[in-house]
Amino acid sequence: MGLINEGIKAKLKSIFSQLKDEITLKVFTQEIECPTCKDNTNFMQEISELSYKIKIDILNFVLNKDEAEKLKIDKIPATAVLGDKDYGIRFFGIPAGYEFNSFINAIKMVSLKDSGLREDIKQKVKTINKPVNIKVFVTLTCPYCPMAVEVAHKFAFENDNIISEMIDASEFPHLANRYGVYAVPKVVINEKISFEGAVPEDLFLNYILEAIK
Amino acid sequence: MNKKIYDLIILGCGPAGITAAIYSARKKIEFIVISKDVGGQTVYSSSVENYTGYQVITGAELALKFKEHLDMFDIDLRMPEIVKNVKKEGNIFVVTTDKDVYYSKSVIVSTGRIPRSLGLKEEEKFKGRGLTYCATCDAPLFKDKDVLVVGGGNSALDAVIQLTKYANNIYIVDIAEKLKADPIMIEKAFNYPKLKYFPNSKIIEILGEKFVEGIILENINDQSKTELKVQGIFVEIGSIPSSDFVENVANNKDGEIIVDCACRTSIEGLFAAGDVTNVFAKQVIIACGEGAKAAIAAFEYLIKSKD
Repeated sequence: MGLINEGIKAKLKSIFSQLKDEITLKVFTQEIECPTCKDNTNFMQEISELSYKIKIDILNFVLNKDEAEKLKIDKIPATAVLGDKDYGIRFFGIPAGYEFNSFINAIKMVSLKDSGLREDIKQKVKTINKPVNIKVFVTLTCPYCPMAVEVAHKFAFENDNIISEMIDASEFPHLANRYGVYAVPKVVINEKISFEGAVPEDLFLNYILEAIK
Repeated sequence: MNKKIYDLIILGCGPAGITAAIYSARKKIEFIVISKDVGGQTVYSSSVENYTGYQVITGAELALKFKEHLDMFDIDLRMPEIVKNVKKEGNIFVVTTDKDVYYSKSVIVSTGRIPRSLGLKEEEKFKGRGLTYCATCDAPLFKDKDVLVVGGGNSALDAVIQLTKYANNIYIVDIAEKLKADPIMIEKAFNYPKLKYFPNSKIIEILGEKFVEGIILENINDQSKTELKVQGIFVEIGSIPSSDFVENVANNKDGEIIVDCACRTSIEGLFAAGDVTNVFAKQVIIACGEGAKAAIAAFEYLIKSKD
C-alpha cells in the first residue's frame, strides 16, 4: 500500500486535471543518515504518478552536489518545486499532515503561474532587488502553519530574489534549536528578522522589507 | 447606501457556522460567510470520540468533512476576514470587518471562543518562547523536554495525551480540587508514568531569561510554593466567547450571548449559535445542532419580515 490513500489520490487527480504547465519535483535524497528520505521520495513518486504534468527528478544529495548547491539545498529530505524556471519554492521534510495543502497549492501555483497575491502586494514584492531567504518552521500537526508557508511561497514565486523554505521543525531539531523555535509557525527572514504566527500578506511583506533595509 | 443588502450574514465558520451555512444554502437564502478560519476550535482536538457516526476521528479530519459538505454548495466565503463590529441601524445590520463593510437583513453570530490567558504580567514576554496555547501545533517541539499543562478540563487532558508522545516529565496543574475532564481522558493521561499532578494550584510566576526555564506554583489552600523546572507551558484553562464586537446584545456574566430555544438574541434578526452563546454544554455536536436551529430561525424571520 502507498503513502497516499486511494480516496485522496482520486481527489488529487481531479485537482491536477486543471494543471496547465509542466512542473518538476527535484527531490534530494540519500540512502544513509536520512531515515525519512525514503518516505519523502516515495511520497513524491506517488504524487508525480497522479499527473503526466508532474515530472520527478530524484537526486542524490552527495553525488549531485552541484545541483544541490545551485538550488541552495543544504539539508535533506528536500523537495524543490520547479516550473519553466526555479521559483525558489522548497520543502524540507515531508510535506504531510497539514502541509499537504501547502504542497499541493505550490504545485498548482507553479503550473498555473498564478500566485493569487493581492495586486498591490504583488507589485511591491516584485520590486525587491536583494536576496531574501525565508524559513518557515512548521509542525505537521499545526493548522495555522500552511497559511504562513503559502504566503512565503507566493512571495518566492513573484520574485527570483526570494527563496522560501518550509522546514518541518521535528525533522530538523538542531535547526529548531538554533532558531529558538518554541511555537509554530515561526518565520525567520535573512537570519535577521523573526516572528511567530500566520500573519496577513501585507504584514509579512513589511517584515521582509525590514529585513533587507 | 449603494451597497448590496444580503438576506443573511453568517459570522464564523466552525461547526455552528458551517452547519448554518449548509442549511441556508439548501434554503436558497442569499448570504455570505465571514470567518478568520474554517473549522474553529475543532481542528485543535487530537481526537473526537463522541460525534455520532464517527467512533474516532481527529478534529482536523472532522473539520475537513464539514468543509467538504460546505463545498457542495456555491458559498461566498470571505476568509481570512476578521469581524470588528456588528450593529443594527433601523432594520439593517451593519457588519464591519478588517477589510470591508457589509449590510444584511439578519445575522448569525457563530464566532465561537478564544483561549483564556493566565493573567500574568510576564505572559506576553514568554509567548512563543515556551509558553503556548496550541498543544496540537507545538507539542512536537518539546521532544524529551519537561513540560507543564495548566488546566483540568478535556482540552488540558488532551494536551497531556498529545505530549506523552514527545515530552519527558509532564506536570499537570489545576486550580480545582478535582480534574473535571471525562474519566476516560484522565485514565488515558495517567497511564503515562512520568505524569505528576498538582491539584489546588496555580502558577504565580514564570521563570526564565529569554525562554521559559521554570515556574513557581502556589497551593491555594496553604499558600505553599513549589518551583518546577520546565521548558514548556501549555495553557488549557478554557476560553472566552468572541462576542465583544456585537453592539447592544444581551450577554451573561461570562460574556456569552444569551439565546432562547430558537437561537434568537435580544436583538430582533440577530441570531447566535454554538460556543459563543450561553447554550448548555460546549460540544461539536451541539454547536452543529445550534447552527441548524439558527439558520431555520433566520429563514423564518426573513419570511415573516417580508410580509
